[in-house]
Amino acid sequence: MDLREFLNMGGYAGFVWTSYGLTTVVLVANWLSARRVEAEQLESAQRRLSDKENRT
Amino acid sequence: MWLWIHKFGSPPHAYRLLGKLAPWFGWPALGLILLATWWGLVKAPADYQQGDAFRILYVHAPSAWMSMFTYVVMAVAAGIGLIWRIKLAHAAAAAAAPIGAAFTFLALVTGSIWGKPMWGTWWVWDARLTSELLLLFLYLGYMALRASFDDPQRADRASAVLAIVGVINVPIIHYSVVWWSTLHQAASVTKLDKPSIALPMLIPLFIMIAGFQLYFGWLICRRLRAEILRRERNASWLKEAN
Amino acid sequence: MRRAAVSAAARLVFTRDLTLAWRRWDEVAQPLIFYVVVTTLFPLATTPDLTELRKIAGGVLWVAALLSSLLALESLFRSDVEDGTMEQWVLSGQPLGWLLLAKVACHWVLTGLPLVVISPIIGTALGLPFDAWGTLIVSLLLGTATLSVLGGIGAALTVGVRRGSVLLSLLVLPLAMPLLIFGSRAVTMAMDGDSPAGPLQLLAAIFFLVLSLGPLAMSAAIRISVES
Repeated sequence: MDLREFLNMGGYAGFVWTSYGLTTVVLVANWLSARRVEAEQLESAQRRLSDKENRT
Repeated sequence: MWLWIHKFGSPPHAYRLLGKLAPWFGWPALGLILLATWWGLVKAPADYQQGDAFRILYVHAPSAWMSMFTYVVMAVAAGIGLIWRIKLAHAAAAAAAPIGAAFTFLALVTGSIWGKPMWGTWWVWDARLTSELLLLFLYLGYMALRASFDDPQRADRASAVLAIVGVINVPIIHYSVVWWSTLHQAASVTKLDKPSIALPMLIPLFIMIAGFQLYFGWLICRRLRAEILRRERNASWLKEAN
Repeated sequence: MRRAAVSAAARLVFTRDLTLAWRRWDEVAQPLIFYVVVTTLFPLATTPDLTELRKIAGGVLWVAALLSSLLALESLFRSDVEDGTMEQWVLSGQPLGWLLLAKVACHWVLTGLPLVVISPIIGTALGLPFDAWGTLIVSLLLGTATLSVLGGIGAALTVGVRRGSVLLSLLVLPLAMPLLIFGSRAVTMAMDGDSPAGPLQLLAAIFFLVLSLGPLAMSAAIRISVES
């Protein structure tokens, strides 16, 4: 299959690739934000724990 | 059974279990989504009427499906939390809302992009797009209500009531919108009306939906772990968990 | 015996709210004035031509009715929660749902009913024919009553929230869309000479559904606001 033909998507390239690109962006953004939120919470929990230990 | 629920419902156990579970969702999700993308973009034949534009279906339909699925998951979790007072269920509802809103947004935008070559305009007041828009409003209302309470327990329970009221309303809203749009259908030509899709076109769709479901499962695992950490920040078990 | 006590309590709540409202009738009149003002905006914004206005009359009347009955909802439970009355009700052992429903009924009599009464006159100004008066009144009766209960749920949820009024609209308006669809459609059908029975029956069905489940949701929401 011709690559240029594939990328052209029968003339609908703009629409098809925008949709897939946007979907990728949203899925990746969700993935990253879920990881970031978890890491943040973990970090703040660790900080609180070490604070508590230092105080006692 | 009850013992199991209580064991799972205890934060430290759930936290560990979710951590172990997450990769079992994540990697298959990645594999299935990549497979379905390749299948949908390369292997599936072009539609005789819509040409290659129909390939947007493989991202639009799964997003639309997930937007509704997530709302139901959220409402069920909220109901469980409200009736049996299980904090973990409330945390799951809280974790699901932003994911659902993201899927709804995606379904709306891809639907609109699909509509441009098919209808000739970016936005058509057709039943599916309009219901998705209303669903987005429901998600935004839910998240706004949750954010407006300082006390997490009140936020949990108040937003749970809203989620349940919403999920009873979703079918009513959907059918009223369908009824409304069929009355005005004469104005717009519906090329997008599905003329029973052929099986080779359906297979990648189902793979993509399965991939999206697993991806949702992975996200829930991660976000739920974060919610548990946030709610249990003073608990002593956290020390061992690290 | 118990049932009699419940209805007596609900009646007491109803008359109490009515008396309170009577002393502050200017606040009661505000949604009505708002309704008249908003419907005046549409001819000014579009066209004074009655044949053109007639096409959108049903929609305009319904959107304006929806917005103005939302206007007064925010304060529905607020004063009772703030002065502790609601706490007494929760503790009183009376079924909370009935008491709240009585409050909502009173609110509807004070805001919904006047809208319904005045709407044929405003409708005429927008080119609504006399034949459609009946449909307009029936649809608005059902619609505003349903909206009062739906709004009651929203008000009960947002009672302890800062800047609750915008939030209340955000919560209630999406839930009220079916009312808008069926109600304005019924009016338009009646204007076109069709029988509006279908949408009116659907409106009635939604009304009874909301009436039966609404008190449950309201009392659950109030308990959450009061107890914690």
